[in-house]
Amino acid sequence: MGKVLFKGNEALAEAALAAGCRFYSGYPITPQTEILEYLSWRMEDVGGVFIQAESELAGVNMVLGASAAGARALTTSAGPGFSLKQEGISYLVAADLPAVIVDVMRIGTGLGDIAQGQGDYWQLTRGGGHGDYHTLVLAPASVQENADLMVEAFDLAEKYRHPVLIASDAAIGQMIEAVEIPEFREHDIDKYDWSIKGCKKGCEQRKIQNVYYTHPDYENYLREKYDDMERDEQRYENIQVEDAELVLVAYGISSRVCRETVELAREEGLKLGLIRPITLWPFPVKAFEEAKNAKAFLTVEMNILGQMTDDVRLATGGKYPVDHFGSIFEIPESDGIIAKAKEMLKKEGV
Amino acid sequence: MAKEIICAGFGGQGVLTAGMLLINAGMEQDKNVLFYPSYGSEMRGGTANCTVKISDKLIASPVSKHPDILFTMNTPAIDKFEDRLKPGGLLLVNSSIVPEDRKYREDIKVVKIPATDIAAEVKNPKGANLVMLGALAAHSDLFTIEYMETAIVSFFEKKGKGKFNEKNVACYRRGVEGR
Amino acid sequence: MRLVAPETVTFTQSGFCPGCGHGLAVRLIAEVMEEMGLSEKLLAVVDVACGSLNIDSWRFDTVMAAHGRPVATAVGIKKVRPENPVLAYIGDGAAYSIGMAETMHTALRNDNVVTVVINNSLYGMTGGQCAPTSLPGQITTSTPRGKDPEKMGMPFRVEQAFTGFDIAYLARGTMADAKGMIQCKKYIKKAFEKHMKGEGFCLVELLSPCPTNLNMTPVKSMEHLKNEMEKYFPLGEFKDKKEEE
Repeated sequence: MGKVLFKGNEALAEAALAAGCRFYSGYPITPQTEILEYLSWRMEDVGGVFIQAESELAGVNMVLGASAAGARALTTSAGPGFSLKQEGISYLVAADLPAVIVDVMRIGTGLGDIAQGQGDYWQLTRGGGHGDYHTLVLAPASVQENADLMVEAFDLAEKYRHPVLIASDAAIGQMIEAVEIPEFREHDIDKYDWSIKGCKKGCEQRKIQNVYYTHPDYENYLREKYDDMERDEQRYENIQVEDAELVLVAYGISSRVCRETVELAREEGLKLGLIRPITLWPFPVKAFEEAKNAKAFLTVEMNILGQMTDDVRLATGGKYPVDHFGSIFEIPESDGIIAKAKEMLKKEGV
Repeated sequence: MAKEIICAGFGGQGVLTAGMLLINAGMEQDKNVLFYPSYGSEMRGGTANCTVKISDKLIASPVSKHPDILFTMNTPAIDKFEDRLKPGGLLLVNSSIVPEDRKYREDIKVVKIPATDIAAEVKNPKGANLVMLGALAAHSDLFTIEYMETAIVSFFEKKGKGKFNEKNVACYRRGVEGR
Repeated sequence: MRLVAPETVTFTQSGFCPGCGHGLAVRLIAEVMEEMGLSEKLLAVVDVACGSLNIDSWRFDTVMAAHGRPVATAVGIKKVRPENPVLAYIGDGAAYSIGMAETMHTALRNDNVVTVVINNSLYGMTGGQCAPTSLPGQITTSTPRGKDPEKMGMPFRVEQAFTGFDIAYLARGTMADAKGMIQCKKYIKKAFEKHMKGEGFCLVELLSPCPTNLNMTPVKSMEHLKNEMEKYFPLGEFKDKKEEE
């Protein structure tokens, strides 16, 4: 299949279908509504289930049911709606259920605004809901990655029996690029024995509930599950990191700008590099091993508090200065980032 | 090659379709393309605009701070974007609507075309955007005149609207001619 | 008279308090499933409140869903496995308070799931707080001076709110005595029959004792059911779509 033009949000939706997702329940909220609108007709075309739920709470808990029944299930939201999803995400984690939940990030706290933002980093990477957990978090930076990572998200969710979040944002959601939609796959709801299907006489009853209640050694089981994810699922892209004196760290829409920033900076002799986390959790600590000449690190993210700087400090053992170039409402621009990088390098005597 | 274009006008003048036609033409030449609609809580029927980027390299931000080409179909669009146009950039003006005595920046190339009138003459009133695209093709090195025409035809065919292509091409060619 | 419980009722030590109504409801549902030949097909969803203990009391494939969300979760299951009977088993707090939106919208859409609501007029798992179903003057741990209907409203009656919806079935029974139990079972069975025919949303409310949180002996709790709760909650069938037509 050749390339076609797709809006970011619609590419996410179409790729979910390609991944064999046949269940969607969601609630309208800007800037993710195109996913819901697209699936409202497209899901029917492929013989799946589309439900416009009465709330985000109902939406995510319908997904929990669909997942327990063996389906590849999806829900999507943004901002305040994503907060409401947290109840269900926590329950999905507790019950070892796969599902994909998309957060098309918008800016701000409370209502915030519908403009693109990257202010949900903490919520996405620190569990977000109540309890003691992480979810895998994938951060696409293009419409093509929206499609590719959606398929990956479903595979990972099943591999670990764990919800996977996709951290998109309003800019990637709204923009149109040429994209190759992954090949369509069918998913068999009876693929796994654990999904509920009816308990045959003499067979063991399937109980979808908190693993604490049933797992004989849940502490080790859970620790190993998270260890495996942290060890095996770090994904990132490094751009000219090896000789970089200052390394930018950015994901999603900001990382696209930073790629250009590195190029522009090097044209004027400033050795910048870029680490682009593709998984926000697990944070790609391995990517930092390549930063052998770095004097300082600068995160570029669309929020005020520099939410990712904590993870960069941890990844670098607290040995380097870490700062944050933030912006809200506006997508960051290279000239501002370069100015900030120069200032930081000057401080380090470069 | 990297080109950034902002298309702007009244809602209904087809500026978003013009943007889509441009990125479709770029995609069919295997270029990287990006279309970014104006996005926010703007009212329907007001100003519509989109940013288009076409490049051989990876495209960074969806926002264009300094576009190479401004494709404007009304006066508010010029008011809003003229200052941002790159020095030496191309400003396409729909002279059917924008007053004749309007003053422009000295350091840019201004091409005036009575797109709305031409479209009406061709009896394809929705084709003013295609007249403008003809002018764009004629006055920039983005695509050859022939290629842009092929790409327009293929775009509408893909959409199942091939039956309008005769009139669409008529609009486009008048735009290329400039009158 | 039947003395052997269905095989789907487990006889592991149950977590229910002495005199609790959940065990009765488990048995009624299990008997109906057996009689209808659905024991190997039922997919059940329980709430996290006292009804969650059903997961170990019966041998059906079961999901324990978030408080108030089992009806939504059941809708998700039913859409994926339309051939299977799907039951949401919840308390009155889940059905009529925190999960009211889910219950109501499932009724509005007439989604094909069976909902059994155990109404014991209070929040059991958390220690006997006031519920939308608590009676006027009822002493609970959050209304130590008695429930004041001026402040908290009269007991919520599902038939007053839901009969306007185009649903398949709505009934209320009482588990206060053998006669009531037989009636409850009939209602549950009818709901599942309609469910299997694809008629839509069926809700059966069962008035249920809670001696622990009412601070009564099991016998007194049954008497309270009969003499007090039944005054506020009329018994019978309130919606039976096919019969009306």
